[in-house]
Amino acid sequence: MPLDAPRETPSDLRPYGRRSFLGVTAVGLSSLLWARPVWRSLSGIARPVENALPAGLVPSGGWRIYTVAATMPRFDPKTWRLRIDGLVERPVTLTYHDLLGLPRAEQVSDFHCVTGWTVRHVHWGGVRFRDLLAQARPLDGARVLSFVSAERPYVDTLTIEQAELPDAMLAYEMDGKPLRREHGAPVRVVIPDMYGYKNVKWVERIVVGRSAGAGYWEIQGYDVNAWVGRSNGL
Amino acid sequence: MASEADYVVRFSRTERALHWIHASSFLALLASGLVLYVPSLSERVARRPLVKDVHVYTAIAWIVLLALVVAVGDRRGLRGTLRELDLFDEDDRLWLRRVPRPQGRFNAGQKLNAALTASFAVLFSVSGFLLWLGERDTRFRFASTIVLHDGLMYASLALLLGHLYLAVLYPATRHSLRGMTVGTVRRDWALRHHAKWLEEDA
Repeated sequence: MPLDAPRETPSDLRPYGRRSFLGVTAVGLSSLLWARPVWRSLSGIARPVENALPAGLVPSGGWRIYTVAATMPRFDPKTWRLRIDGLVERPVTLTYHDLLGLPRAEQVSDFHCVTGWTVRHVHWGGVRFRDLLAQARPLDGARVLSFVSAERPYVDTLTIEQAELPDAMLAYEMDGKPLRREHGAPVRVVIPDMYGYKNVKWVERIVVGRSAGAGYWEIQGYDVNAWVGRSNGL
Repeated sequence: MASEADYVVRFSRTERALHWIHASSFLALLASGLVLYVPSLSERVARRPLVKDVHVYTAIAWIVLLALVVAVGDRRGLRGTLRELDLFDEDDRLWLRRVPRPQGRFNAGQKLNAALTASFAVLFSVSGFLLWLGERDTRFRFASTIVLHDGLMYASLALLLGHLYLAVLYPATRHSLRGMTVGTVRRDWALRHHAKWLEEDA
């Protein structure tokens, strides 16, 4: 702050304004190092307050809704289809009803966003990729799944090996209810070991292939293998 | 009707321009920021890339306009204002402890509000820039940036609500809004709330 040096300052004057400014600014900047751990330990206290507020007023349970297109895809159970094709023995098109008929899996896992927020203990219901892929039967040499979102032009990939991790799934339920629109209704990828951008929402097509093209964020420099805590500079 | 002589100039054109640029930018940033942050608004408005652009360009306009006003405005006057805001005397310290004491052009609470608002502006800019940069270069991605940016929103919203209450609603102080719009306030009001300022000016 370019302040003039005080001339004939009466002795009882103190530069508290400057000190408050510098103090608050310094504490704020230092919080880039400690804000998240502190916020996490406090979130247990904030939870009852959060729950008392109308739903959707604050990011409930810590969710933030990120999208890339002008509008969110709308799910119509009558017309919705999931297409699995590419390097497969039998390309298939599943209805929502078909999907619910596949072996059902459930899990509780944490969801980590690369921008720094985390939602703990999310209860997912859905289909394991092994069961899903059994419908189409990938051919020899198939290594990668590309998940095409109804939210154009969002797409991302997983290797089949990654998709078949024991806690990865194509989820159609979240916390006991059908997946909500903003969370990717009717189905999204869930892979808790990777950051959220690999957890593609509004999946409408899975292309099985030999190698992966870059996903939406990967074109912008994000890591293809987005392991939580071991990628993207975190 | 009060005559000209019954009014005194409290805020210069430069000061008022800075105040209103800051106020309108803050409200535009708050509105676009809430659409990005509040889930039900995100869902209703969608168009996230567009809202993000509005948010970022508003922030740039805010900083550029403030710099422009400082560049072409009354800088000497602003230096004096900064000095007034910086320095607290014995009366200010007592006033903060709720002892009624005569105050200058800014009372001690207004001085603190100015210091906090300036800090928040710096912190919002730094954390916002890091959010923007971290999306482009992962070396600048820190897990706490978003927590700081959100926390500032809550803190500054609380500060704004208090400010609005005193400037628009609370009967004893709401006359001060006139000072920030047309620049002048009633002399008898100033005598009651900012006695030392009139003494110094006399």
